[in-house]
Amino acid sequence: MDYRLSQLKQLEAEAIYVIRETAAQFERPVLLFSGGKDSITLAWLARKAFWPAKIPFPMMHVDTGHNFEETIAFRDKFLSDMGARLIVASVQDSIDQGKAQEEKGPNPSRNALQSITLLDGIEQNKFDAALGGARRDEEKARAKERFFSHRDDFGQWEPKNQRPELWDLFNGYKHKGEHFRVFPLSNWTELDVWMYLHEENVPLPNLYFAHKRNVVNRDGVLLAENPFISLMKGEAYEERMIRFRTIGDATCTGAVESEADTIPLIIDEIATTRTTERGGRADDKRSDSAMEDRKKAGYF
Amino acid sequence: MDLLRFSTAGSVDDGKSTLIGRLLYDTKTVFQDQLDDIERTSAARGDDYLDLALLTDGLKAEREQGITIDVAYRYFATPRRKFILADTPGHIQYTRNMVTGASTVNLAIILIDARHGVVEQTRRHSFIASLLGIKHLAVCVNKMDLVDYSEAQFRKVVEEYEKFASKLQIPDIRYIPISALRGDNVVDKSDSMPWYEGSALLYTLETVHVGNDLNHVDSRFPVQYVIRPQSDEYPDYRGYAGRVSGGVFKPGDEVVVLPSGFTSKIKSIDTPEGPLTEAYAPMSVTMTLEDNIDISRGDMIAKPDNQPRMTQDIDLMLCWMNDKPLQPNGKYRIKHTSRDARCVVKEVKYKVDINSLHRVEGDASMGLNDIGRVHIRTTVPLFNDPYTRNRGTGSVILIDEFTNETVAAGMIL
Ligand SMILES: Nc1nc2c(ncn2[C@@H]2O[C@H](COP(=O)(O)OP(=O)(O)O)[C@@H](O)[C@H]2O)c(=O)[nH]1
Repeated sequence: MDYRLSQLKQLEAEAIYVIRETAAQFERPVLLFSGGKDSITLAWLARKAFWPAKIPFPMMHVDTGHNFEETIAFRDKFLSDMGARLIVASVQDSIDQGKAQEEKGPNPSRNALQSITLLDGIEQNKFDAALGGARRDEEKARAKERFFSHRDDFGQWEPKNQRPELWDLFNGYKHKGEHFRVFPLSNWTELDVWMYLHEENVPLPNLYFAHKRNVVNRDGVLLAENPFISLMKGEAYEERMIRFRTIGDATCTGAVESEADTIPLIIDEIATTRTTERGGRADDKRSDSAMEDRKKAGYF
Repeated sequence: MDLLRFSTAGSVDDGKSTLIGRLLYDTKTVFQDQLDDIERTSAARGDDYLDLALLTDGLKAEREQGITIDVAYRYFATPRRKFILADTPGHIQYTRNMVTGASTVNLAIILIDARHGVVEQTRRHSFIASLLGIKHLAVCVNKMDLVDYSEAQFRKVVEEYEKFASKLQIPDIRYIPISALRGDNVVDKSDSMPWYEGSALLYTLETVHVGNDLNHVDSRFPVQYVIRPQSDEYPDYRGYAGRVSGGVFKPGDEVVVLPSGFTSKIKSIDTPEGPLTEAYAPMSVTMTLEDNIDISRGDMIAKPDNQPRMTQDIDLMLCWMNDKPLQPNGKYRIKHTSRDARCVVKEVKYKVDINSLHRVEGDASMGLNDIGRVHIRTTVPLFNDPYTRNRGTGSVILIDEFTNETVAAGMIL
């Protein structure tokens, strides 16, 4: 007899194990749901992990207010279909309460502010574990991230002082005020996520598929027309066939020109592409260690 | 598609980063913007070649010091397999990182500089691989270009290694002469070494058979979570969720629940897509039983005629991972499968000099990176198997009760 699991099934089994471990080891876990494909995958796996019971923890969307309309419509339908409870933590609220300050400039990004709202949301709801869809292949600073990532009482990550993580024994012990970030998709690559979404026939926002949209080319990044950015001198919107590789803050999430309007075509495109997923995000270009600096400060 | 988890270890300058960089580069896992990045960094540092090693150095502090200190994970795929690579540092002060990286892999790459042959670090890395139960080794004799691709030199290194490896418990060892810098025998077979009849490293990684590495004999199911929907649709459903850690479970199988010792039959193995006819490692499933037995997290479901040991006095090989040394008679939290308990370390029987593999007796202290045989007593019984028989039910971690840090990793004897 040959007892073998395909690599996607192995990744699925591992992620479900980590999600269940989170529910078992923590009192108040939460799943961070951004509406992007990774958190959609994560929510999908969470549903499987506890089926036929409901997911025993809520979802939290850290809402920058700078969304594509489609993201919010999709979020509400997807989560209510699976019977999940949603909490929205709003960056606008953090700004209104004076806890965060809007960036100045032609396309103020709220990505940095998300960390403040996220930590605030975690604190207010007394969450002690936040499940996120981050993958180690996304960026080099993430390559060393643990499944169970300890955060001190300021929500900070200490990359040089991480707990060793062996076998599948996850240490979630912590002091009061500290919390954990948990990353069940650590070992997945972008391609794995797509193949899994395809295999499982998971619904997705249509932003991911090629469509016509007005965009402006700013420093090599294609930004979609939206109410939160203003054109600079000499810039104009033009209609192109595009799709998004990630869905984040509308002011800095770049689109790519693409004809891929099905998952298999997207997979083909990724397999031949020469730019990493985050290459389309204006916020990572700022410096070589941009991601690491943001992570230390409590970013996802 | 299939999955292979493997690790690399090598001493500084053996060419580990270059080798990994080459695997990523030649399997087209390096994207244009990453390439731009390392070109920029390489140029800024005044390197006169594109430093592929930069692809694998993650954190800022390490980039500045130019060394790898933690375990970094890399991903790449070929049409045959997906690979997860645990890239670990080779210095003695990072033994714990090597142990961490080696804990989940199927295969380890041991790098040897063709000019220097087997050195202290080679022995250390191989010992750790053996201790962690890795069944496959790819011993890569690197920098063959610097010894004129000499077969005699390769043979010499292989013989030296074989002599030492006879003391280890690794069933499958392959030797490959390579040049990471020039790419000989890494992804493609080299023309410079026509005398070498084996395959290139990547082909070895793609084809090594790991199907039998998991235990499919001794049925073990640690209960991780109890599922009780209490909904109109499933008013009385009681499912036991967990990850199969050994053997095969089928509906109708007679099972025993530990520690209670009650027996029952498996009623169903459920998934949202419908019931399964069998479950085996490493599947995550939910099972229901015919009888209503009180079962909670930390319990274990096994077969009546093949049960794990149920012991509180346990001998283990322990690797100490914390700056704060082991306290004599110290009390620690212990994690084993889905079970949490406390334990006291009663005795350090001996330590292992991981360079010579000799036992050091009469020294009861254990500090960072020490490996030794200890005896512990736990507050509740652990349902365990020898580590060599089952990694899942044979491994534990110890946790400091005050700092909550993971201080040691143990392999049950
Ligand atoms: N001639 C030659 N040099 C190599 C080879 N592999 C690595 N090197 C060089 O050895 C040095 C150390 O390599 P590196 O990959 O940084 O080693 P690490 O410390 O093990 O990661 C660098 O100067 C490499 O260019 C090889 O196969 N042949």
